[in-house]
Amino acid sequence: MNSSNQPNNDLSSKFLADFRSAEERMNGESKTALHQLRRDALNQFERLGFPTLKHEEWKYTNVSNLVKSDFEFNLPAQVTTGDLASLEATNLEGNILYFINGNYQPQLSRIVSPADQMSLTTFEEAAQTMPELLDLYFAKYADYADNAFTALNTALASNGVVIHVPANKTVDAPTIIRYISDARQVNVGSQPRNLFVVSRGAQVKVMESFRTLGEGASFTNAVTEIVLFEDAQMEYYKIQNESDTAYHIGTTQVHQKDRSHFYSATVTLDGGFIRNNLNIALDGQYCEAHMYGLYFPNGRQHIDNHTLVDHRQPNSYSSELYKGILEDRSTGVFNGKIFVRPDAQKTNAYQSCKNVVLSNNATMNTKPQLEIYADDVKCSHGTTTGKLNEEALFYLRSRGIPQDEARALLMYAFAEDVIQQIKIDAVREQLERRIQAKLAR
Amino acid sequence: MLSISNLQASIGEKEILKGINLDIKPGEVHAIMGPNGSGKSTLASVLAGREDYEVTGGSVSFDGKDLLELSPEERAAEGIFLAFQYPVEIPGVSTTNFLKTALNEIRKYRGEESLDAVQFLKLMKEKMKLVNIDQSLLSRSLNEGFSGGEKKRNEIFQMAMLEPKLAILDETDSGLDIDALRIVAEGVNKLRSPERSAIVVTHYQRLLDYIVPDYVHVLYKGRIVKSGTKELAFELEEKGYDWIKTEVETV
Repeated sequence: MNSSNQPNNDLSSKFLADFRSAEERMNGESKTALHQLRRDALNQFERLGFPTLKHEEWKYTNVSNLVKSDFEFNLPAQVTTGDLASLEATNLEGNILYFINGNYQPQLSRIVSPADQMSLTTFEEAAQTMPELLDLYFAKYADYADNAFTALNTALASNGVVIHVPANKTVDAPTIIRYISDARQVNVGSQPRNLFVVSRGAQVKVMESFRTLGEGASFTNAVTEIVLFEDAQMEYYKIQNESDTAYHIGTTQVHQKDRSHFYSATVTLDGGFIRNNLNIALDGQYCEAHMYGLYFPNGRQHIDNHTLVDHRQPNSYSSELYKGILEDRSTGVFNGKIFVRPDAQKTNAYQSCKNVVLSNNATMNTKPQLEIYADDVKCSHGTTTGKLNEEALFYLRSRGIPQDEARALLMYAFAEDVIQQIKIDAVREQLERRIQAKLAR
Repeated sequence: MLSISNLQASIGEKEILKGINLDIKPGEVHAIMGPNGSGKSTLASVLAGREDYEVTGGSVSFDGKDLLELSPEERAAEGIFLAFQYPVEIPGVSTTNFLKTALNEIRKYRGEESLDAVQFLKLMKEKMKLVNIDQSLLSRSLNEGFSGGEKKRNEIFQMAMLEPKLAILDETDSGLDIDALRIVAEGVNKLRSPERSAIVVTHYQRLLDYIVPDYVHVLYKGRIVKSGTKELAFELEEKGYDWIKTEVETV
């Protein structure tokens, strides 16, 4: 079925062995629906194998180094607030949940939203306290039969965050989830799993942040499922600021019902090897999906953003703007797919990806894909990849602004319209500083 | 103040300036006229430090310094200002922010204190009046979506803010209707002073009705072929450039 199967390698056999040994230690748990599902996902993973460059969706993103590496998964971490100081993660207002190497850190975390605004728990806890919620939604959207990493996460994810916002509730405080890989001693791996269910007419803001401590290698394989019911609204931010030896494969799967609005920004400041999948199914009418992205690879960093918008019903709107600035020997990938099904008349779908490549050794691969099966739609897409505008640079310099500063100013201006889409002020301001610092190097 | 001696410059293989000689003293306004393709804009660009051109010979000294050794930003800090023929649109950078950065960089170069936000706004208000430019234009992205007239007015506003010793106006009149032309010229005239000089590059005489030059030079095929006073501009307006071409070709 899939030509990308490759022989079991170290990482693969490790996962299979881990799963089986965990299973042996189980008592009644192995009979639960949840476990059956996880076992099914593991079988799918075994069948799929890790993708190779022959796989169309992985043509530019080579995971062969990743799957040859060894990581300690879910390593218990002893981390204090002092250890975290180097990350300069400012104290944002809101619900803050810390995970180190996939393990929840209640001593660092803080939940401020009242229980009647939302249920906010760890995945581990939700499996005990809200099994019916997991039965209804867990692994029902992120397709593990099609993506080996999603299958792996579904089978083996140990923890993450589950949010359930009841109907018509507006959660005032943003929820900030900080996933930190502590690679100070050994190479570490984690598989965060999140589920956000936003009921009819409810509103919530969530940010996922990914960071690394130390110089060791890390591997994060994250999956987030988001369900937005009728008239629900969500702001979703994914901010990556990981080390040059970090691997990150992430999938965010969104399912939208009638008149729901989803608003997302994915910002990758740093990270050695990154693949983000953002898949949105517009399974209702008059939905809106807004997707923004920014990436600044330098050195030998590799940043791949795959997005998919699936217009399944009429009268919905999607719009997408991704921007990248590439330096040194870095590589970037943008693959944006818009799928308009036969029923999805009156669809409006827009996509744009703009890149500035600052070095002759940096590469950007862009691939817009429009598959339109309805006749009354408005769709547009465009990608540009170019150098910094030399005329603009000269203009600024001719006014007395030194070259390096003029370049930084132009790059920042290029990124500005995406940065402004981050509506949590404290998050945006912190990002502005970090982006300016990175561009001014 | 500015002394250009046997200046030669090329772009790629093409030689454009073939030996320019020009001396400008403080307070003087020199007009550079000439037919299309004669090298007028090249001269303006080379003086401002545009790197597309290669200087292949000659020298330029500005206030005793070797201008050709300086980067564009150093030239600006030394007091040279180029008003662009085609001002660049820069989305995401507001005129206000950009000018504050530029002004403070220039002050830093000169060893002066930075202006704080209050001082800067005060200066800006003062200069806005001088060139009759609207605040709303300045809070927008630099030149983005500006009309031709607004762009040129913004150039003159920047000039007023940066107070250069030598302003080079590169075809500032192109694309302007007569009202816009008058406003721009008034702005330039208000900035004239005994210390401040200007080079006005133009194809047509009409700008010189408003900015009256002390000297007029005709550039043709990369050389200054004729110099005179403002009367030369009237003569060119009346007779066109052909008689000059004929004069040069027969020599």
